[in-house]
Parts: sequence; C-alpha cells; structure tokens
Amino acid sequence: MTARAGTTAQELLRLGGVTVRFGTAGRPALDAVDLDVAAHEIVCVLGPSGSGKSTLLRVVAGLQRADAGTVLLEGRDQSGVPAHRRGVGLMFQDHQLFPQRDVEGNVAFGLRMRRAARGERERTVAELLDLVGLPGAQGRAVASLSGGEQQRVALARALAPRPRLLMLDEPLGQLDRGLRERLVVELRRLFRELGTTVLAVTHDQGEAFALADRVVVMQDGRIAQTGTPLEVWQRPATEFVARFLGFDNVVGATVQGEAAATPWGKVPVPDGTADGPCRLLVRPAGVRLTAAPEGLPCTVAARTFRGTHVALLLRPAAGPQVEAACALRDAPEVGERVGIAFAAQEVVVLDAPESAE
Amino acid sequence: MAVPLAFFALFFAYPVVAIVGRGLKDGGQWQLGRFGAVLGDPDIAHVLWFTVWQAAASTGLTLLIALPGAYVFARFAFPGKQLLRAVVAVPFVLPTVVVGSAFLALVGRGGLLDELWGLRLDTSVWAILLAHVFFNYAVVVRTVGGLWAQLDPRQEEAARMLGAGRFEAWRRVTLPALGPAVAAAALMVFLFTFTSFGAVQILGGPTFATLEVEIYRQTAEFLDLPTAAVLTMVQFAAVLGVLALHALAVRRRESALRLVPAAQTAHRPRGRGQWALLWGTLGVITVLLIVPLAVLVERSFDGPDGYGAGFYTSLRSAATADSTFAVAPLDALWNSLAYGAAATAIALVVGGLAAAALTLPRLRRGPSGRTACVSRFVRGFDALLMLPLGVSAVTVGFGFLISLDTPPLDLRASWWLVPLAQALVGVPFVVRTMLPVLRAVDGRLREASAVLGASPWRVWREVDLPMVRRALLIAAGFAFAVSLGEFGATVFIARPDQPTLPVAVARLLGRAGELNYGQAMALSTILMVVCAAALLILERLRPLDHSGEF
Repeated sequence: MTARAGTTAQELLRLGGVTVRFGTAGRPALDAVDLDVAAHEIVCVLGPSGSGKSTLLRVVAGLQRADAGTVLLEGRDQSGVPAHRRGVGLMFQDHQLFPQRDVEGNVAFGLRMRRAARGERERTVAELLDLVGLPGAQGRAVASLSGGEQQRVALARALAPRPRLLMLDEPLGQLDRGLRERLVVELRRLFRELGTTVLAVTHDQGEAFALADRVVVMQDGRIAQTGTPLEVWQRPATEFVARFLGFDNVVGATVQGEAAATPWGKVPVPDGTADGPCRLLVRPAGVRLTAAPEGLPCTVAARTFRGTHVALLLRPAAGPQVEAACALRDAPEVGERVGIAFAAQEVVVLDAPESAE
Repeated sequence: MAVPLAFFALFFAYPVVAIVGRGLKDGGQWQLGRFGAVLGDPDIAHVLWFTVWQAAASTGLTLLIALPGAYVFARFAFPGKQLLRAVVAVPFVLPTVVVGSAFLALVGRGGLLDELWGLRLDTSVWAILLAHVFFNYAVVVRTVGGLWAQLDPRQEEAARMLGAGRFEAWRRVTLPALGPAVAAAALMVFLFTFTSFGAVQILGGPTFATLEVEIYRQTAEFLDLPTAAVLTMVQFAAVLGVLALHALAVRRRESALRLVPAAQTAHRPRGRGQWALLWGTLGVITVLLIVPLAVLVERSFDGPDGYGAGFYTSLRSAATADSTFAVAPLDALWNSLAYGAAATAIALVVGGLAAAALTLPRLRRGPSGRTACVSRFVRGFDALLMLPLGVSAVTVGFGFLISLDTPPLDLRASWWLVPLAQALVGVPFVVRTMLPVLRAVDGRLREASAVLGASPWRVWREVDLPMVRRALLIAAGFAFAVSLGEFGATVFIARPDQPTLPVAVARLLGRAGELNYGQAMALSTILMVVCAAALLILERLRPLDHSGEF
C-alpha cells in the first residue's frame, strides 16, 4: 500500500499489528493496526466516534498498553517505555490544562520536567505564546481563558518540550466554526515552520482535509483507507468511507463495458473498470438535471441551500433516493418533476465491503 | 506504603497485641474461656447494647444537624465565615473531660438551664447525645463541606435544566457526589461516639457506660486486665465490622468529580429560604456550640472575689497551695504545642504516604485476575488505617508503656513517645480527608503530565499535591487539633514533669478546691484559644494556595 517499504531513517513512527481489547468479549478497540508516519509529516486519523482513534493515540503515548503489536519510535521498540520517557506530545481533547497553574506554569511544565534552566524556560514560553497568538499571557489564570485561548495554551504546552511526535486528539473539536477554520490554517503553517511531525485524530473531515498531508480513515478499530486528502475525497475506497464523507448515492451495480446496470438504470463508469458486480458511488456533482422527459424521472423531495450551491434530494421512479447539487438559479422547487443523467467522471467504483468477501 | 505499614505495625499493632496478650495469657496458656464468662455477664451485655445504640443515635443526630451546616459553609458567603469555621472546629479538640464539665454546667444540677427553667438533662441520655453532636459537628461540616465547596454547581444546574426540581437535583447529582464524604464523616462520628469516654463518664453517671468507660474501669479501678482485654477485643471486632461495612458502601460510589475552586461556588444567600437556613445554622451553632464554651470561659474568670484573671496569673507558678505539679501549669501549653507539631508532622507523612499509595493508578486498575488480590489488599490497608480510631485509647497508651520498654525500642524515656501515640489518632484524619479528594482528581490530568515527561512521583507532586493542598491543610489542622486534645493515651505515657494541657486539666479537675477548678477552666480556655488560633491560621493560609511551589 505504501511506497516506503522497510524502515528508513525517515520513518518516525511505525505501528505494527497493534491490537487493544477492552474486556474479553466483543470486537477489539484497535484491530491489528499498521500505520507509518514519516518525519515532518502531518497525518490525520479520521473516523466516527468509537472507531478507535483516541485509543490509537493513547497507545502511542504509552497511556494504554497494547495487547498485541509493536510501537516503534525512530526505529526503537517502545514496549516497556513509560509515557514520560517517550518524548511524544499529546494535546488532549478537552485540553486538561492544570487548573491550579497559570498560563506560564502550564506551558513551562514539560520544560521543568526536563530540567530546563529558568532563563531558557521563560524564553521558550514567551516564544511559544507569541507563536500561538497569545503574547504576554504568562500570568493569566487558566479559568479566565476562553475556549480558543485554552486551545492555544494547550498547544503551546504540548509543543514546549519539542516532542519528536506531536499528537492531537480532536484538536479543534470544541471551537466554533470561524475560529476553527482560522486555526486550521494557522496550525498547518505553524507545523510547517517548526517541521513538527503530527499525528492528529478527528471526526471532522473538513478539519482533517485542511490539516493533513495524509488522511487515515478508521472503521471499527481498523484502517479503512489511507491517502492524501484529495485521493480519499476523490476515490473513497469503501462504501463506509464514502458514506462517512457524506456521500449517500451508493448503489449495488453490475458493470458491463462502459456502463453499469443499477436500480437507477444505466450509469456510465470510468474507463478501465472491470466487469462484474460492485458498489457504485455517484457524487452529487455528477448528477445532472435534464428536462423532465429525458433521463431518469424524479420528484424533488427536499432542497437545502448550502451557500455556494443547492443540495437537492430527489426521489426517482425506481431505486433509492439520489442527492444532487446544482447552482441556485437552476434549482427546481420542491415537488417539481425533473429528469437526471449521470456523469462518468464523478462515478467511483468502490471496493466490496470486507464482510462480503 | 512500606512506611505507613511499618509505623502501624510498630506503634499500634505491637502494643495492642502485647497488652491483650498479657490480659488473656495465663502461664503461657491462652485463656479463651474468659470470652464466654465476660460476654455472658448481663451488665456487660447492657453496656454493649448501650454503646451501639448511643453511637448510632449520636451519628444520626449529628448528620441531621450538621449537614445543613455543611451546605451553609460550602455554598454561602457571609461575613465572619472563616472565624466561624474555626469556632466550629474548636469543640472537637477540647478534652472530653472539659466538655463533660461544660455540659454539666449547662444542663446539670445547678446548671444554667436548671437555674433558668428547672430543666435538667444530666440524668437522661440526651446530655450524652448533645455532647456528641457538640464534639462531632465539625467532623461533618469539614469533611463534607470541604468537598461540597469544590463541587461544580453547574452539575446541579444541568440537572435543573433537564427538569429536576431543586431538591431532586440535589438528591440525584450532589448527594451521590458527596456520598463518599458523607459516609466517611458518618463513619468517623460513629467510631468516635462508639469509643466515647470522657463525656459519657461524666454525663452518664452510674446509669450509662460505653465499652471504653468499662475498659477504663476494669483497667484502672479494678486492675482486671483479663476482662479489659476481652472488652478490647470485642470493641476491636465491632470496629472491624463497621469498617468493613464502610468499605462496602464507599467502593461503589467513587467517581471522578468536577472540582472547582471553593471561592467560585460560594455566593451570598438569596431569597427567604436561604437566609432562613443561614440564620438557622447560626442559631444551632450558637446554642449547641458556643453556649457551652461561653459557660466554660465564664467560669474561668469567675473567681472567689468576683470576676478577674486570678486563675490565669496563678497558672504561671508551680507552687500553688496544694501543688499537683512539678512545673508551672502554663508549661503544659508549650509541651502541648511541641508534641502537637511533631505529631502533626508524623501524621502527615504517614497518612500522606498511605493516601498516595492507595490512589496510585497501578494499584487501582483492573477487576480481574492478579490485580483483584492487590486491590483487596489495598482496601484492607485502607481499613487498617482507621483502626486506631476504634481501638481503646486507654489500651493503646497502656500498651505503649508495657511493650516499648526493651532496647532497641525503649522509648519510655523518649520525648517522641507522646507525639507517636498522638500521631496514631491523627493519621486516620489525614487519610480520610485526603482520600476522597485524591480519588476525585481527573486521571487525564495525570496522563497529561506524564506525556509532558513527569515521572509517577513527579506526577503526584505536580498534579495531585497541589489539588489536595486544601485537603492537606484541613488534615493538618485536624491532626494538630486531635493531638492537642488527645487524652486517653497521653495520660498514661506523658511524663509527670511534661504534662500536656488536657492532662494538666484532668489533674486539676481531679483535685478538690475552687482554685484547682478555676485553674482547670482557665487552662481549658487557653487550650480552646490555642486550637482556635491554629485553625484560624490554617484558614488564612488557603487564599495563597495557587501561587508558588508547595
């Protein structure tokens, strides 16, 4: 799957077959996960809650023991290395700032643990607070910080000891949308500048795509897909990934030549698609509205204004509902009858789900 | 964990076992038949029944009266609150003998109520129950109120938003969170009243006697060591039973709580109900706690030639009319302070280590396999720490004398003997006060500091310690206070030329004559003032909490 075979000096983190079980019964929280993170890379693990993302971070941090598998940091096995000797940083989901310390006390904590001299500590804290946009906040009480400010302090605290790997658990989860979008850009710039290696987990695809060099989608403790944000977005590997990304136009199909037979009728498929049964995804952008008599006849069930476009929910004469996107001025009213056609370049053939194998 | 274990083995288990052994062994043979003989005695059975009954009633009454007080102290801000907190704690540390006298002066023959309304309670059990409430009011207010003040009120608000009424929200959200603290407080009160000695002896007359009183009588008056040993064992077993129940009750209730700074949760009373609650609490404190103390102070100034400081000035010289002392009674003050400070230090170190050991994550993990045995051991250790509260202080003191007399452990002449015995009583307070808070510390804060490079010991120092600093100060205050007031054991082991305040008071009370009685009242007043001052200083320390290293 990855081009970088074998452990090179570039490989900062390597997980091999990591498995974690909570309790004896039920499926494992992590099921034989393999994951590599190269130095200076920003990797974002994306998945719904309960998919094992946070457990993954805790295993790397040394806060959770793996029942099987290995964690290598810079090529060295970390089993038996306690959390405080691993030299990795973890920014907790709800920050976990120390309430009884002020901002400086929080940011300098990791430096004190490494016995940094006072002067160096003060200099580093000042630099980092500048970096996260809170210059001069050293003496402020944690309780007086807003959510966004706490976020920045937590980030500065995690960065201060210069961890070889920085891990972020839902880094922007609790912030409002505007702040989140601004911070994502800031964070990416910051990590680039510092050359920090980052492993983040989130359930928010927007956050993951904006932040990451590489996205890892998790499902039920397993890795469902790995790739650049563009790859994952354009070519979701499985139906789970497609649906998690918000694509719901997924149907069973049988490919024959340049088209596939679906409940919606014939749908064109990209060149080179193998014949046979499969699952098909049609992105909303690939659903073209036509004049009523042409194409598949549908009724408009709902329309939602999305700012740049209008999302339509269409009920076809046969088969499941179809989502479509169109410009505002072309958008039909609810209840109107329209016809639809499909564009081959927006059609993705998905891997069959593993359970069907 | 090793340090507290060794401490308890050496200074608690060994002396107690030694004296029990001496009582039950005859010519190298265990005389277990004595159990049947002693327990079959209807008088002893009556003592047993009364001991249990009055302890339960006292505990219930104390909770009933003190829980609203805990709420008032936790949630309301009002002028003079700190002073009042210290005042409330004073009764707890007064020598039982003095409190007994004070209540006698209040509700006994010729007492204040007798003079005013012809009301006498000294022949009824009510005098004992009220004295027990008087003693233990602070236990509930401090143990429960200390945690209550740090509970996030928004939890209750969240429940209110979900449709729970005011009381419903309290019952469903706050009460379960307070559960461990309430249970801890109730347990302490029960143990104290179960082993109550001075107050019962004075207020109970010939009618009422607890086990502890009976043990004292058998030991000191009839020199019947075997009977005393049997009763000690019975008391011991009863205490074990209570502790087991407690462990069972608390285990299921522990949960991570949201703790917030106490200052944030207090507000001025709002509305008629809250004002009424505040004034009601102040009224209870006045009638129940302040009036007996006031009577005590009044008597210390009420000399033969009218009011004056005559009793106080006479304390400075050793040579009074019929001198009971080799030294001036006032020297007892300095002895008490030095012993108290040393005992507090020992109790904090031993209790702090024990509490930390009990909350180490690796000891708490996992309900399965090998760890289950570890956690059972931990719970046993937890209960062991409470035992000194339940074992007769008289037994411990006497045991110290007969067991720590051979080299290398010949401590009879050592200055440290007294603080060691006093620390024994202080340790349970330290553990009980610190454990609920330590266990409520959010585990992820520990993880956060571990990831930042803190070793387990460092994590404890950097995360747990600052959070429990408040509890630690409260614990220190209690340990110091009980050390100052400790009587049962100290009276056996304090050297004649180095009496503590309570011992000096008891000696003075044991002598006839108005001067001795007045001097006893004066010394008691001094003891009361010292305790109040010590507690007030601790209260003052709190606002500085958030700055600097510990």
